[in-house]
Amino acid sequence: MKHRIHPLLIAATVVTFLFLLGPLVVIIGAALSDTSFLTFPPQGLTLRWFSNIFEISAFTRTMGTSFMLAVGGTTLSMLIGIPAAYAMARYRVELPAFLGNVFVLPILIPEIVLGFSLMKSLAAGIGLPIMAALLIGHALLVLPYTVRVVGASLNSFDFSIEEAAVSLGCPRLKAFFIVVLPNIRAGIIAGFILAFITSLNDVSISIFLTGPGVSTLPIQLLAHMEQFFDPTIASVSVLLMGVTVAVMAVVERTLGLTFLTK
Amino acid sequence: MSTRLRAWLFVAPATLLVFVFLGLPVLATFLTTFGDPKGPFSTYAAFFNSKFRMTVLWRTMEVALITTIISVAIGFVTAWVVARAPSRLKSLLIIAAVFPLLTGVVVRSFAWLVILGKNGILNSFLLKIGVISEPLSMLYTQGSVIVAMVYLFVPLMILTLVGVLEGIPQDMTDAAASLGATPAATFRQVVLPMAVPGLIVGSVLVFTGSFTSYATPQLLGGERQMMMGTFLYQRAMVTFDWVGASTIAAVMVVVTLTTVLVMSKVARKLNPVAG
Repeated sequence: MKHRIHPLLIAATVVTFLFLLGPLVVIIGAALSDTSFLTFPPQGLTLRWFSNIFEISAFTRTMGTSFMLAVGGTTLSMLIGIPAAYAMARYRVELPAFLGNVFVLPILIPEIVLGFSLMKSLAAGIGLPIMAALLIGHALLVLPYTVRVVGASLNSFDFSIEEAAVSLGCPRLKAFFIVVLPNIRAGIIAGFILAFITSLNDVSISIFLTGPGVSTLPIQLLAHMEQFFDPTIASVSVLLMGVTVAVMAVVERTLGLTFLTK
Repeated sequence: MSTRLRAWLFVAPATLLVFVFLGLPVLATFLTTFGDPKGPFSTYAAFFNSKFRMTVLWRTMEVALITTIISVAIGFVTAWVVARAPSRLKSLLIIAAVFPLLTGVVVRSFAWLVILGKNGILNSFLLKIGVISEPLSMLYTQGSVIVAMVYLFVPLMILTLVGVLEGIPQDMTDAAASLGATPAATFRQVVLPMAVPGLIVGSVLVFTGSFTSYATPQLLGGERQMMMGTFLYQRAMVTFDWVGASTIAAVMVVVTLTTVLVMSKVARKLNPVAG
């Protein structure tokens, strides 16, 4: 039996999606406008605001920093998160269940509190270099994502395949790399890319840890916005939306975007 | 090597990272708040006796609560339609909800800066059609912060609820209807109880997320609409009052953790499957 959905509900849904996508369309329009102020619909079309991004060294520099930080922080959290997720799925009896909660603590503790505490302890306390403190902060920030997404694909992995390889004489470490890893590849890629975008967009931790000379793109954007109000910010935003599109394409090809509704 | 030891070796690096770089620093922040020479609780007494700080706390609670209520309303209706949409359309709609979610908070708040500004898009539109003769000051009001917050969190609510609402079989609502339940009764007695766990998860995410947000209140609320997040930053990095900032941080942690704990208790009680 097919059910009609009330037209009013459909209308409300259309309005919601206009509300969700409209502001992003506004940014794209503003980035293309041939005016020195932000306006929509664009008056004349130009790409000069995009080339202007590369004229401003603060943007190019922080773009590089943000990219390196996102790759570095995510890699670090993967290196320690994959073994953790593996052990949590494989040795359910041997490990206490509360450990699962330990790995999601970085989500439970407000990010801004974590940022402030890291600044106090790492940057001011033991004088860790800015980049090192940022790297640790971002690895912590994304750890819940890597452990959970990789964990989700490990939960559907049949560990008896690994046991079979081991009982046939394959060393445990090798069995992990040639049997387990290829089977959870989708989870690893999706986890990496979701962690990457989380780190790339982070404000609340970075705002405390960035300092003289070292900043990230979102922090630079915030600072820029408070002084200038030209379409360059809009064009940087469009570039960041491009990264989002790429991230979504990867997630769709690995776990499927419906994974995010679970 | 025993299995237990091997298991612990695998989880050790991640556990250490959390304990050393999250546990200790956050604990240190908490300890800071008790170290005041005037007595262990004097910082809290100062916090709760200060009219300004209490205004900020209540404002933050209010904004977070209103944001949550609006997000639940919008998210529920939308998720209901998305969950019941034909599969091709459903994937498209999910993509349309994920896209803003994965776009950074700075970009999304910036969009509202462009829309609500004095020379912004909304003002120029209203001027052009003659509804107003002077541009309205919409920025740096509680309203602008709430609009941007709702914008930030509605996708999260939709995605959380789509998963839950999809799990309600069509047969179930059909059965209720064929037994004579009105659509309103079906909704109240069948759909709503089944959706409660998802509603609670979504509400907790939105409430704690907006309660602890920084970038949005910073950009759209400014000094005038100071919220806990921006207040913490201001105390820590502008006035360098680390004890005061630590107290704000502690209050934020207590409010968020209490919300999470209480609501997960409520969820367990209301869950029709577990009950």
